[in-house]
Amino acid sequence: MTENKYPISLLDFLGQMRDSDLWFSFTRSPVIVTSACVTLLYLIVTIFAPLIAPHDPFDLASIDLLDASLPPFWMDDGEFRFILGTDDQGRDILSTIIYGSRISLFVGFASVIFSLILGVGLGLISGYVGGRLDAFIMRVADVQLSFPAILIALLVDGLARTLLPREHHDEVALYVLVFAIGISGWVQYARTVRGQTLVEKGKEYVQAARVIGIRKWTILLRHILPNVTGPVLVIATIHLAIAIITEATLSFLGVGVPPTTPSLGTLIRIGNDFLFSGEWWITIFPGVALVLLVLAVNLLGDWLRDALNPKLR
Amino acid sequence: MTKLTLLQINNLEIEFPSRKSVLRAVDNVSLSLEKGDILGIVGESGAGKSTVGNALIGLLEPPGQMTKGEIFLDGNRIDNLPDSEKQKIRGKEIGMIFQDPLTSLNPLQTIENQLVETINLHLELGENDARQRAVELLDQVGIPDPDVRVKQYPHQFSGGMRQRVVVALALCAEPNLIIADEPTTALDVSIQAQILDLMRGLCKEKQVGMVIITHDMGVIADITDRVAVMYRGRLVEHGATEKILGNPDHPYTQSLISAVPRPDIKLIRFPQVTYIEDVAEKNTEIDITEHWLGKAREYETAPGPLVELKNISMRFTTKPAFLRKNRIFLDAVNNVSLDIHEGEVFGLVGESGSGKSTVARIICGLYTPVSGAINFAGTELTALKKQSDLDPFRKQMQMIFQDPYSSLNPRMRVLDIVAEPILFHQLAETRREVEIIVKDLLEHVGLGAQSAVRYPHEFSGGQRQRISIARALATRPRFLICDEPTSALDVSIQAQILNLLKDLQEELGLTMLFISHDLPVIRQMCDRVGVMKDGFLCEMKETEVLFENPEHEYTQHLLNLMPRLEGLSLEGLDMQPQPNQN
Repeated sequence: MTENKYPISLLDFLGQMRDSDLWFSFTRSPVIVTSACVTLLYLIVTIFAPLIAPHDPFDLASIDLLDASLPPFWMDDGEFRFILGTDDQGRDILSTIIYGSRISLFVGFASVIFSLILGVGLGLISGYVGGRLDAFIMRVADVQLSFPAILIALLVDGLARTLLPREHHDEVALYVLVFAIGISGWVQYARTVRGQTLVEKGKEYVQAARVIGIRKWTILLRHILPNVTGPVLVIATIHLAIAIITEATLSFLGVGVPPTTPSLGTLIRIGNDFLFSGEWWITIFPGVALVLLVLAVNLLGDWLRDALNPKLR
Repeated sequence: MTKLTLLQINNLEIEFPSRKSVLRAVDNVSLSLEKGDILGIVGESGAGKSTVGNALIGLLEPPGQMTKGEIFLDGNRIDNLPDSEKQKIRGKEIGMIFQDPLTSLNPLQTIENQLVETINLHLELGENDARQRAVELLDQVGIPDPDVRVKQYPHQFSGGMRQRVVVALALCAEPNLIIADEPTTALDVSIQAQILDLMRGLCKEKQVGMVIITHDMGVIADITDRVAVMYRGRLVEHGATEKILGNPDHPYTQSLISAVPRPDIKLIRFPQVTYIEDVAEKNTEIDITEHWLGKAREYETAPGPLVELKNISMRFTTKPAFLRKNRIFLDAVNNVSLDIHEGEVFGLVGESGSGKSTVARIICGLYTPVSGAINFAGTELTALKKQSDLDPFRKQMQMIFQDPYSSLNPRMRVLDIVAEPILFHQLAETRREVEIIVKDLLEHVGLGAQSAVRYPHEFSGGQRQRISIARALATRPRFLICDEPTSALDVSIQAQILNLLKDLQEELGLTMLFISHDLPVIRQMCDRVGVMKDGFLCEMKETEVLFENPEHEYTQHLLNLMPRLEGLSLEGLDMQPQPNQN
């Protein structure tokens, strides 16, 4: 009895999943199933990038300048070794896309987690404590909302560049980027969670916990937090798409990840210079990869929002 | 049949297909109604009574559909008409009154515009005549100064006045039939009586047929000529109101009527109501000397009352402002003093907004009063500032809340919900012991031990209220606050929960503060009663004395408004001997 504390096993859980409305609405929409498959494919491919990618674009030994600017294999000069062609330095485009998506997804997930923790924390405190603290946090949120997110990310990045010594900058650039994108996205979470917390706080189960004598922080974490997570998941999914785009934009502008570890945005920027000289594949394929990823994640997010909203059911 | 039947329903059957199964919401219901008659459809939630009403006006919510049956209005079949024809009938032939007067009027339009719009839609009247008629209608439903009030917006009317406007709207096009779905549920008792009188008067005067859908036996007794009783989609009994209330044939009707709290006599307990949801019958009496609930009860018994409120006042800020003089306050409780003695059930009664719930929340420490003192077993609680100093007292008093749907954390299993107070106050040694205690508690409140691993949403309202009770008992309290514990429940479930509370009170020797707006319930439950109005305590007396000889004007007023429910069947009731008048 004691070792089996939660009698609901994984198998039961999967069974419940299969019967749930969420799974039902999932299987009903081919678009959503496709989006989920695409997202899953991206995750698998990027996680196992070193095993899957046909070349290692960062291994200088394997790069041959003689292979530079080859078109995709189905074109006249194309070679089957480089399915999507090569860039001006002879790197395989497919492999750079796989490694680039890896950076993009890492930055996306990391910054979403960062915003989520910050936003949910501040939202909970703001909603539950109320008063001046609430007013202060929400005014900060308002001020931040009056700037475009990209501007805040640029500002953070600029500050980091000025404050950090140049030689170290490339090492921490990735984390600065995560911080910059994360800090520009917390407001959404904070506002939603605050609103939800205000609703939950008034419910009688919270009062019942207070009558028992349970302390404020325990109530916040054990009772309120689990009840405000639904909308947060939806925001997080949509935010993931936005974060990936923001990262690509920053990298495209040249303030993101250093060119030695290119993300999808960096690849698009590099390829952009060759667009007019006819080597379109260097920029188009990373662009298509980015669009596919963001579209799939966005569709998933939209579906999740509708499926979890009882009013739309 | 010589008299023309206004409404005839034959073998109505309505189904709601869902992904997994088909729910038959209405099963083979046949009813008829004549002009000037008032028919009540009564039943508990889920009985399908509202679905019948919606089917009559052709507004079944999808995916619901009529699978069988016919509906005739004035001899014409209306259920198979196309939607555009049905729309013409709604309003013109059939008027509707809905439950909530707050949402059934458009807040952005004056009353005049709303009335005139409906009149023009159905009657061939000129603009001026329509306006004239709007004023007349308001006059008919008893709104003073109709020519002034007609220009106003809904928010300028009180709840009762708004419901009068809704009645006027239903009468706009001189319909032959009015369908009223829970017309007075959202209103206070005093207003309920007025609206019912009005509706009955208009019906008789204009010879309009009316169908009233309600769960409230008081409404049925007050206004209807005939009653149809529905139970799980079926019509179980149908006949004249006095006959059904006074001498019901069907066992379901009998148990429903015996579960209605009686305003006139005090019962020892409600007769065991069959035909209700399955609850494991309580088979074990708790032996307080050996049971877990009885352990560590050696509280020091201070002389005097267990709970004592001295001049408690409470105000809420309704409009916060930086400067103190700009703030606006609401005085929710004014200078209330009362005492509750060990072992008694003290009732607080009053209309909504009278401050009775606020008093309860002050006692259990959810609100800090502006002034005054609370003594519990001789200790002044208001003087204790530290959380940890309050803990031993929190353990001794627990609260049961009104809304069973929000008083349990939906993300926690029942086991964890009931275990939380035990763990917090460290009332058991091991996790295993806690589990045994929780399961035992769940059995005592009439839920099986196996319910521990389920989540709150798997339970009905009455079952959830039982979980709440189990949680409240889990700290081994000696003082229990019940804040409207049954007002969200059906009447037979209410009877069960009240029985359970009575049993537990006796077995455990609990002291209780019982709050309700429902006078009959108060009469059944309480030893002494306090009456509250606008934050003041008007009168405080022994229950029977108060009900027989109310002194305060407001108490008399409340008692007058109480539905009389005369002619209710007395069969099988467990009556308390009348107290001697001395």
